This record gives sequence, C-alpha cells and structure tokens, in this order.
Amino acid sequence: MALLELSDAALGYENSPVLNNVSLTIEAGEKVALIGPSGAGKSTLLNRLHSLIREQAALCPQSHGLVGPLSLYNNIYMARLEQFNTFSNIWNLIKPQRWDEIAAIASKLGLRDKMKISVDKLSGGQRQRVAIGRALYRNKPVFMGDEPVSSLDPLQAKQLLSHISDSHHTLIVAIHDRHLALNCFDRIIALKGGKIEFDKPTSQLDIIALNALYQP
Amino acid sequence: MQSSGYAQGKLSFTFVLIALLLVLTADLEVSTLDPWSEMGRMATGLITPDFFATEYLFEALFFTLSIALLGISFGAFFGFFLALVFNYLLVRIVCAFFRSIHELFWALIFLQLFGLTPLTALCAISIPYACTLAKVYAEIFEQADNTPALTVSRKADVLSVFIYTKLALVKDQLISYTRYRFECALRSSTILGFIGMPTLGFHLESAFSQGNYSEVGALLLSFYLLITSINLWLKAKLLPVYIVAAWFYLPEFGNVSWENFARFFGSDIWPSPLRRATEFDLQAISEAIHWYWSLLTGEIVEGVVNTLVLTQLALVTTGGIALVAFPLAVRLFVGFSGRLAGQGVLVVLRSTPEMILAFIFLLLLGPSMLPAVLALAIHNGGLIAFLLAELANNLTLRVDAPIQRHGFYKGKVFNGQAVSLYLYEVLPRIYSSFLAFLFYRWEVIMRETAILGILGVTTLGFYIDSAFEDMRYDRAMFYIVITALLCIGVDLMSRFLRKKLNVKPSLG
Repeated sequence: MALLELSDAALGYENSPVLNNVSLTIEAGEKVALIGPSGAGKSTLLNRLHSLIREQAALCPQSHGLVGPLSLYNNIYMARLEQFNTFSNIWNLIKPQRWDEIAAIASKLGLRDKMKISVDKLSGGQRQRVAIGRALYRNKPVFMGDEPVSSLDPLQAKQLLSHISDSHHTLIVAIHDRHLALNCFDRIIALKGGKIEFDKPTSQLDIIALNALYQP
Repeated sequence: MQSSGYAQGKLSFTFVLIALLLVLTADLEVSTLDPWSEMGRMATGLITPDFFATEYLFEALFFTLSIALLGISFGAFFGFFLALVFNYLLVRIVCAFFRSIHELFWALIFLQLFGLTPLTALCAISIPYACTLAKVYAEIFEQADNTPALTVSRKADVLSVFIYTKLALVKDQLISYTRYRFECALRSSTILGFIGMPTLGFHLESAFSQGNYSEVGALLLSFYLLITSINLWLKAKLLPVYIVAAWFYLPEFGNVSWENFARFFGSDIWPSPLRRATEFDLQAISEAIHWYWSLLTGEIVEGVVNTLVLTQLALVTTGGIALVAFPLAVRLFVGFSGRLAGQGVLVVLRSTPEMILAFIFLLLLGPSMLPAVLALAIHNGGLIAFLLAELANNLTLRVDAPIQRHGFYKGKVFNGQAVSLYLYEVLPRIYSSFLAFLFYRWEVIMRETAILGILGVTTLGFYIDSAFEDMRYDRAMFYIVITALLCIGVDLMSRFLRKKLNVKPSLG
C-alpha cells in the first residue's frame, strides 16, 4: 500500500482552495521534492500530507516552530516528549536527561557549543539547524521539511540535506533551490497556478525545465 | 474613498460633541470658598513630609504590600487554571461578570461575611484579579505560535506538550503582565483603606480629613517609593520568601462563620418579598418581580444616568489630557533630559489611585462631578500619555523632517516647528493607537466612576454604599449586578468600535 495518497483533493481554505484537483501517490522510500513559485501551494500540500501521517513523520516547518526561550538542548529533546512520562519531562527541564545523545546531534549540526543557549539568541541559520536537529531526533522513517535548508550556505545545505536523506527512508521536502532539488531527490512535483504542473522522476528533468516553471 | 483617519476623526468628534452637551447638564460646580489656599497648604505638606507623624507608617506599608502580594498570587494561581478552561462559555461569562465588579464592591460584600479582616481584603483583590488574569492569560495562550506543537507526537501527554511548546513560549509575557497587575494590586490594596482596611489609604483618608498634610506627604511619598522601587526588590528567586513572609505578617483571619455565609447568600441578598413569603409560590415571585421593578424605576435611574454622564465626561477629558501631556515625555519635543522629567511626571500621574485623587479634589472643590472627572481624567490620561510617549519615541520620521541633526539639542525640533510636527508627523501616526488605548480604558473608567460614589458623588457606588449601610443587602446586590452589566455593555461597545475602526494599540 502507498504511504500517501490524495485523489482529486482540494487543499487550503474551504471556500477558496489554494490547490485544486490534486491527485498523487507517494510510496515509502521515495525522495520527493516539491517545487514551484512562492504562493503556489507547496506549504499547503506539505501540511496536508503531514496531517495524514503525523505519527510516522518528523516535521521541519518553514517558521522552524522552535520555542525561543528554551535552550537548544530542550528544543531538540522536545521531539521525544511521548517517550517519557510527565514527571521525567518536567524533571528534564531542571536536570537534562538525554544530554549525550542530543550532544551528538548538535555536533553534527555544528552547534555543540550552543547546547545551553536559548534559541531566540541564535542566528537564522543556527535556528534552522536546530529545527533540523529536532526532526532528526524524532527518529521517524519519513522526513517532511518546508524549506529546511534555505538559510544555510550552499555547501552546508548540501551536506545537511544528504545527512537528512541518509537518516530517513522517505523524504518529502518543499524547496526553492533547483540544483538541490535535482541533486538530492529522485522525484520532483512542481506546483504552479493552483495545480500540479508536472510530477516526474529527476532523471527526466534538467535545470532548464525547472527554470521554466519560474517564468511568468 | 475616505481615509481611515476620517472615520476615526468623525467618531472622536461625536464623542467630544456628546461630552460638550453633557457639560451643560452636569453638576460641575465649585462649592468651596477658597480652593487655592487649601491647595497651597496641600502643596506645602507634600514638600515637607513628616515621616514621624504616624507611628503606623511601616505597619500600613507592610499591610498594603502583603495584601497586594498575596492577592495577586492567588489571582495569578486561579487565573492560570481558569485560562486553561477559558474556551468554556460558562467560564468566560462568570469571569466577565466577576471582573466587572470593582474590588471595592467585592470588599463591601466580603465585609458582611468576614468582617474587617485581611481575608476580606484578600478575597476582594483575588477574585476580580483572577478573572482579569484568566482572560489575558487565555489571550496570550491563544496568540502563541502553534507550530512547535505540530512537531511533536500526538501520543505525548497533554501536560508535557503544554509545558514545552506553549508555556515555555509565553512565560515571559505572562510574567510581565502579572508584574504590571501587581502594580495595580498595590493601588487596589491601598484604596481598600477607604472602607476601613488598615492599608495606606486608611491613614491617607484620616490624615486628609484632619488637614495633616505633612503626614499625607509622607504617606504618598512612601507609596510612590513602593511603586517605583518594585523592579529593585521584586526578584523571582525571592518571591516565595516574600509570599510566606506576607502570609505570616498578616494578622489572623479570625473565625470564619459559615452561618454568616449561609445567611448572606441564602437569605440576605434575595429580595425582601421572597424572604418574607411563607411559601415560594407564584405570588411571591410576582411580588419579587414588582420589588425589582420598583428598584429599577427608583433612585437607581439617577445613579445610572450620573454614572453614564460622568463616564463620558471623564473619557473625553482623559483623551484630551493624554494628547496634551504625552509630548512632555517625547524626546522630539523636549529633548533627552526633558523626556526623563516628563516621564517622571506621567508615572506619578498614573501611579496615584484615582480614589485618592478624587478625595483630594473633593476637599479642594467641594462635592460635585468635577472632582471625579478630574481624578479619572488625570489618572487615566497620565497612563495613556505614558504609553503614547513610548510609541512616539520609537517613531521613524521622514529624513527631511525639521529636526535638529547636530549639536547639543540633537534630535529635538527646530524652533517654531513643534506644532506642525505634532499635527503632521506624530499625531497621525499614533492616533489609531490612542483611540485603541482610550477604548480599552472606557470600561475601566466606568467601573471607577461607579466606585467613586463611595466618596459621595451620586454615581451607582453611592447607592450601593448606602444600601450596604442600611443593611439592605438585597438592594445592594441588585445594584451591583446592574453596575456589572453596564460595564459589560460598555466593554462590548468598545470592542465593537475598536473592530469597526480597526484600531490597535501597537503601531500599524
């Protein structure tokens, strides 16, 4: 059975849908990029897909969804709230309980020395990496990200995206960067004008085809 | 299409016009013979404070502080839990009703139950504060970003998710609002002295009545010192110590008589025809309805009319004072040091409880509506002016605005340009926020208008106070309910106008 299936769905607000007649199937193990101009409905589609398989997916929202006043450590710890009881979760705020395993993730993200800093004191790029760290720590088969590497430099973006790809069986990522879309994914779904413009394997696409999508 | 400023201007004009018409009908007479010399004596008293005039100064100070601290603590505790269930309509209605009853009216009610004990003061503050805090906390929770919660599993327990993704996010907002309300609680605690609690207000009232203005000066200065020093001594880590100390500082509550409780709520507050009736039948109910109707068409009509008139006059005067006073604390108009001085003045204006201001003006001008209008307008005008000045200090003006760019007066207006800068650059930018602040205060001003009746102005509070004095609790309760409904009505009206004009407190 397919991991995700939408047939002839209207997405967005009830009276004025952002996307119409959306039909698509995503199998477990696929690495899917969602591309398209701003406002095409990438976030809307991603949010719907996330709501369908929330318990199997780690989400990295566009606004990061971090809790500013909490430390980097606690923002990542939050990903596994369901694995501990209320008391341990509250106790963790006073005395960190998973320091070492979260430190390992922070090292990979280049944030090892920022563990105790509250995330509202971090830069945009650092915050984005914390959001990725939290998704990694959830340890789910599916990764869903809305522009997860948009604030990082090209090299870092590529490295982290491959790391995310290696640690998750399935990838569904809304992304603006066309080169990353071509290099790190094996299927691209393009949205434009309220519908799916094309849905093809990366092998059948090149940068010219993707650029055309952004022409008015 | 008309500008949004047009609708705001039209509404402001209507309010001013109504106020001008009301001035013609309202009693605004000065009846004292020589207000100026009395004022001179007061001013002399203020600058020659005598801290040894009363041996009770420290006792009163600690009592005021203890009641305020415990009142706000209980209020915040219950308000927090009420906020979590605030989406239930019943909770919202009960909170709206309870917070529209002024803490002094609550005090008058609890006075009948517990007598003149600290428990009465605590309940009088905790209950309305819990209901106000519940509403504000609930709004803060609602406006908080929801995305963190989306990233965690649905299987996680509700409490953990709430603490990590909601509470942690808004903790600072909750604390800073509660801190602000603590300042209000200090004022509330002070004015509980006017009904006999041994707080600063009690000693202020007696010192005023005896013309002991140097003692008044000492009491007022201590009060200002208490308010302005809050940030110095109110530390999170010391809070538990303070709360325990406050609890043990207060004298014993005495015996709470449940009989009193049962009698008051079971019998006293219900209409006399119902109480006297031998059975609870149709006739008793019809007599009770007649009783209510006769009250509704009786003296209370004057109370309602006076409350409405006074509220509107005070509201418009408040607006006027705020608009005139806020430039005093704006760097653009008065420079850096001028701004500090202006802020000081505005802080004093907004910190002085309107009850005390009203008391002063009553002494100076004699009994009429004038003292009440002045008191309300000065307190609330100072408060709004302070907020407006903060907004105005953060404005970015056009680059070629006529402002001094260099030298000692850097950042200040060029000579002669102040008025045009005020009218063209500053006022249009903050007028919408001004209306929002003013409409927010509308309900507060009405609640305060009603309570000033306790000092003898014939607003609703006057009739409530007299009913309590005559031990006609049924009547008092009915009047309190009418007052509360009136406040809720004004609150709804204010919300409607704010929405219609699309005015918000922050800069657009």
